[in-house]
Order: sequence, then C-alpha cells, then structure tokens
Amino acid sequence: MLRWIVWRDLMLAWRRRADMLSTVFFFVIVVSLFPLGIGPETQLLRTIAPGVVWVAALLASMLSLGRLFANDYQDGTLEQLLLTPQPLFLVVLGKTLAHWIVAELPLVLIAPLVGVQFDLSGETLWILFVSLLVGTPVLSLIGSVGAALTLGLRGGGVLISLLVLPLYIPALIFGAGAVEASVMGTSPSAHLSLLGAFAIVSLLFSPWATAAALRISLE
Amino acid sequence: MNLYKYASPATFYPLAGKLIPWFAIPAALLFATGLFVGFFIAPTDFQQGDAYRIIFIHVPAAWMGMFLYVLMAIYAGIGWAFNARLSSMMASSLAITGAMFTAISLITGAFWGKPTWGTWWVWDARMTSTLILLFLYIGFISLQAAIDDARRADRAGAVLALVGVINVPIIYFSVQWWNTLHQGATIRLLQKPTIRGSMLAALLIMLAACWLYSVAVVLIRLRCIILEREQNASRFAEVGV
Repeated sequence: MLRWIVWRDLMLAWRRRADMLSTVFFFVIVVSLFPLGIGPETQLLRTIAPGVVWVAALLASMLSLGRLFANDYQDGTLEQLLLTPQPLFLVVLGKTLAHWIVAELPLVLIAPLVGVQFDLSGETLWILFVSLLVGTPVLSLIGSVGAALTLGLRGGGVLISLLVLPLYIPALIFGAGAVEASVMGTSPSAHLSLLGAFAIVSLLFSPWATAAALRISLE
Repeated sequence: MNLYKYASPATFYPLAGKLIPWFAIPAALLFATGLFVGFFIAPTDFQQGDAYRIIFIHVPAAWMGMFLYVLMAIYAGIGWAFNARLSSMMASSLAITGAMFTAISLITGAFWGKPTWGTWWVWDARMTSTLILLFLYIGFISLQAAIDDARRADRAGAVLALVGVINVPIIYFSVQWWNTLHQGATIRLLQKPTIRGSMLAALLIMLAACWLYSVAVVLIRLRCIILEREQNASRFAEVGV
C-alpha cells in the first residue's frame, strides 16, 4: 500500500516535471538574491549562508505543499483513498514521502552547489547537505498537516504559510545551527542530534494529525 | 442540579449573561487597586527607577498569554473529541483574548527594555518564544476565519491548537538553546532581590484582575458567537437577531 502510493505520486510528479523544477529554481534564485542584496564580502556571506539556505528551503517547501493533496482532492481520488480499508496513516505517510522525494530531495542535492556561492568550505558543504537531509523530512511532515487543514479553502496558499512556518522554527534553528557551528569550526553533532530527534517526533505525530485533518476537511 | 445542561449553548447563553457582571465589576475594581498600589505605594526600584513599574502589566499579560493558549487547546480538544459545540466556541473566543495579552506583553516588554536595556528588542529566549506564541495565535485565528463552515472551523482549529501545544515546549527549548549556543549570557531579567511586599501585592492583584477580565470578555464574546451561530434556533428568535 505504502509503496503503491509513493509510486503513484512519483509517476504523477514525473508527468508534471515543470512543477518540480520550478520549486528548485525558486530555491536557487532566492539564495542567489541574498549576496546581491547584502554585498559580495565573503566573510559576511559565510556567516549568513546557513540561515539563508535554510530559510530559502522553508519558503520553497511552502510552494509545493499546496499541491500535496489539492490535485487528488479536486478529481475525487482523495475521497476514494479515505475509503480504503488500509489505515489512513499509511496513505498519508506515503504521500508525504513522495512529496519529500519530489519537492525536498532536489533541494538537498543542489544545496551544496548553491553553498559554493557563499564560499563555504568542503566540510561545511557536507554538513549543509546532511542537515538538510535530516531536516527536510520535518518540513514535509509538518507541512502535510497544514496542507490537509487548508484543503479547498480560499487563499489556502498564504494561509498555509501562516500555520506552518512558526511550527518549522525548531528545524530552522537546529539545521542552520549545525551549519553555522561548522562554519565557526566547532562540532555540529549536537545540533544534528537535536534535529534528528525533532524529525523522529514529527514522524510519529504528524501523520496522525494529517489523517485527522483530512477527515475533517473532507467531511 | 444537573450541571451538564449548561453544555448546551441555549442554556449557557442566559447563564453567561448573568455571570458577566460578577467578573467584570471585580475586574475593574482590582485593576484600579492594582494600578494604585503599583504606581503610588510600591517603592521605586533602586536599580531601575520607576521604569520597572511596567511589570505590573507586563508580567500578568505574559502569564495570561501562555496560559490561555493551553486553555484554548484544551477546550478545542474537548470540543473535537466529544463534539461539544460550546467547548469549541469557547476555544474561538479565548484565542483573541490570548493573542491580545501576548501582544501586550511584547509591547510593554519593549517599553521596559528601552530605558532598562537601552534597546527595544533583544533576541532573548523569552521574548522570541513569546513572539512565536503570537504567531501561533495568529495562525489559529486566521485558519478559523478562512473556513466558512463552523463545524469544520472548530475541528480544524482543534487539530492546529493541539499540534501547536505539542510544539510549544519544543520551540521554547530550541529557542533557549539557540540563544545560549550562539552567544554568551545576554542581559537577563535582573535577579529580583527578595521582592518587596507591596510590589508582590500589586503584581498579584493585577494578575487576579487580568484573570477576571479574561473571563468576562471571553463570556461576552462567547455570547456573540452563540448568537451568530444559533440564530436560526427558535430559542434566540426573541433576542431579535
């Protein structure tokens, strides 16, 4: 069941590749705007790089979250999925996993490349990659709650960012903190462990909350 | 007497109307007393001068802001789990008062910070987490405002409030660690050298006043929500809505 959902969503995303690419380009463009706004001084860029990359990842995930359930909601597939005998928890988990692969994984892969623009060292780029790899599932998981709650509402796109961005703060703090520790030359492991712990907690709770929110939205 | 009958909006409506003066009048009296004690009787602080007097509003507001969020989540949760309409309405009416107190505590904090710390805003752990609490309130209020169907609004709000409540301690500790990991100890609230009796009295009176005020205002707003949602019920035809 889980595999089937993931496979189906990946196929759908593949058939609409442009959506996926636009999120990635959004991320790249936002990150590239900061040096233009702040100035090309490398010392300063190194200091702000962790925060900039992480905030851009948060904003980029806002763009794709609206699509998480919206298409299935419009053509009625979501209602059918709710009626399946399998637990809704699994459906939600599968869709969230597919969202992560489609929308977040490309960002994780391209982030080290973007980090080069900020004159980060090789080791820091590696930490940036790891922190995003551990942290972006949190964005998909918590974001899915927001996506389910705002399903079919007017102005859902802006509303979802009001609901979800404050809940992302711990991920931002620990994720950017790990990279920053690496920039400063200290060990990022404490931040990464906390980020991992937060990811596990959201893995345990968010699919339940999303499933409950979907039932409410589709009543 | 069967107390459960007051779980129905129709029977609670007149009860709330009778209760409001019992909370509103003591609230006004206590506000007057608390402010008088705070401004005229409590001695001037030898370190902070008279600027410290803003804590008589700031501290109760901050406490109420945090407390009302938890209370709101509990009511929203009860309303969702047991399908109790009144409980959900209570959550909606608590949200705005809670957001107001959180905003007051941030604003008065800034007014206190300017003369004492020399700056309006510091990214101190407490201030940051209060700001995030305000964001959570705004999220709850705007979600409910965006949904037309009252039942769906109640339940969606409940999910959001409960997710928020699980997240609040995580946010609080993350902000605190972020603060201490980044920079050494910033300016903390001055360690209170055994607070003077009259200062403590003023603080407690103001806290009680804020409590009573919250109850009164929440009940008034609850009555408005009941009228708005149940306007088709014959019980309320006489009110002329």
